Amino acid sequence: MYKGRAHKVGAHIDTDAIIPARFLVTTDTEELGRNCMEGLEAGWVKRVKKGDIMVAGENFGCGSSREHAPLAIIGAGIPVVIAHSFARIFYRNGFNMGLILLEVGDAVKKIEDGDDLIIDPLNGTIKNETSGDVIKTSPVPPFMQQILDKGGLVNYVKDRKAAQA
Amino acid sequence: MRQTLAQKILQRHTDETVSQDGQIVRCRVSLVLANDITAPLAIKSFNKMGAAEVFDKDKIALVCDHFTPNKDIDSAEQVKVVREFAMAKGITHYYEGGDCGVEHALLPELGLVGPGDVVIGADSHTCTYGGLGAFATGMGSTDIAAAMVMGETWFKVPPTIRVVLEGTLPKWIGGKDIILELIGMIGVSGALYKALEFAGPVVEQLSIEQRMTMSNMAIEAGGKVGLFPVDAKTLAYAKAAGRTGDTELYADEGAHYEREVVIDCSKLTPRVACPHLPDNVKPVDECAGIRIDQSIIGSCTNGRIEDMREAAAVLKGRKVAKHVRCIVLPATPTIWKQALKEGLLEIFMDSGCVVGPPTCGPCLGGHMGILAAGERSIATTNRNFKGRMGSLQSEVYLSGPAVAAASAIAGEIVHPEKI
Repeated sequence: MYKGRAHKVGAHIDTDAIIPARFLVTTDTEELGRNCMEGLEAGWVKRVKKGDIMVAGENFGCGSSREHAPLAIIGAGIPVVIAHSFARIFYRNGFNMGLILLEVGDAVKKIEDGDDLIIDPLNGTIKNETSGDVIKTSPVPPFMQQILDKGGLVNYVKDRKAAQA
Repeated sequence: MRQTLAQKILQRHTDETVSQDGQIVRCRVSLVLANDITAPLAIKSFNKMGAAEVFDKDKIALVCDHFTPNKDIDSAEQVKVVREFAMAKGITHYYEGGDCGVEHALLPELGLVGPGDVVIGADSHTCTYGGLGAFATGMGSTDIAAAMVMGETWFKVPPTIRVVLEGTLPKWIGGKDIILELIGMIGVSGALYKALEFAGPVVEQLSIEQRMTMSNMAIEAGGKVGLFPVDAKTLAYAKAAGRTGDTELYADEGAHYEREVVIDCSKLTPRVACPHLPDNVKPVDECAGIRIDQSIIGSCTNGRIEDMREAAAVLKGRKVAKHVRCIVLPATPTIWKQALKEGLLEIFMDSGCVVGPPTCGPCLGGHMGILAAGERSIATTNRNFKGRMGSLQSEVYLSGPAVAAASAIAGEIVHPEKI
């Protein structure tokens, strides 16, 4: 279960907005987190408290394959992103990094900036405490659930490698 | 089952039966790629996975092309990590110095990617190789690390949008104009999670370089791959790059497509994508008169020899406007040498362009052409996101090489025939 305040961003938020290229000279999650969304608005991350939720429109994470993007969001203390839809590479990266991504389509309109949310990713529900709305999300595909169950792709590969040995 | 190109290629690389879109299949990979931004993270993940060796030292390419020649200490440290890993693991295809070029121009040229391959790269423009009939797509560093360990990855078989290119190509119209037109039509999420497959009479008129330009930007429509059939032209290109054993490859007649989009290329005029998304596409004449400060000719989209020739034909005997920086970056050492041999570099320099080394440089706001607040660039690159090339208050317009060259001369966006 996750509980946090919603920070709304728009549609087609690209990876340059999430973490501009000039910050890609590090792989450190915390350092990346300090510059999260710096390409959207200077100092954006200052409004975020640990545990807050990002809420986005269509095609969130479009653009680059940079894994620094989900890492920057994690580094900023945001454990969950809810979006109308996600760009393909970002979606995969998010799961691999352990960032929870919930795709909710038009129901994203039921969340306003500043709303308090309670999220149950296993049951796929988002409760908007401010409005009282409950949103159901798409289930995680079974194969991706296997990766999540292992705690991410690194462990999944580690286990497969060990099984082959 | 009658198969689309995407299904057909994936089938060749898996022991499972590819029977429907949306199915998850494990596929063997032909080549795994990472660059100086993404490889350090992949190496971190690789080490955490507990593997001692890579699955095949000949099937991994590490190309340090983004911040190189290294722009600062931090980027030098990143390349050092990649170099040391490459040396320790005996990676055959490691590129950093005089043999280095922009990855998506370099690897096809070296014959490392080609028809029927499955290629994954920690770079979103890995889809470029779809121009050669390869199922090639971008992934993140950890997915790449997993493939470096296991030699395989998983794919969700994508539904396909068939893009039928009708008509004949008018003067000034190239692959860039067609792909911009398509992205303008279907939008930046129009092909989200899907494959694009190009068909129709214009395909055979397009050179392999133009096809790669188009496949390169499949990701700008959200696409997983942008695939061209493998025809005699593709085979000739692959053979010239030193590959053997490739064969023609077409989708099956009657394969299932999610949707069909038709573009009448005969009616196209040069296209420009306006800030701040690649789907904000307009005919060049509607952008005429927009003052520019910079013109970039290069990148994995349009940094090949044909692009250099097209730009040089417009710039020859003319001068770049006094207030404009026109930066030309041939994408690989081979392209650079060819441009030198043909006298193109001299044309560029005589007209007042800056000719730089093969690098991604300004395309991603890395270095060698960063924009200040209020500055505006036209570029043959692939993205015009807000702040992409520098300041959040700058603007990027995307076009083909002829428009970028003509605009450098005029100091404002212009149709090349008006120069």
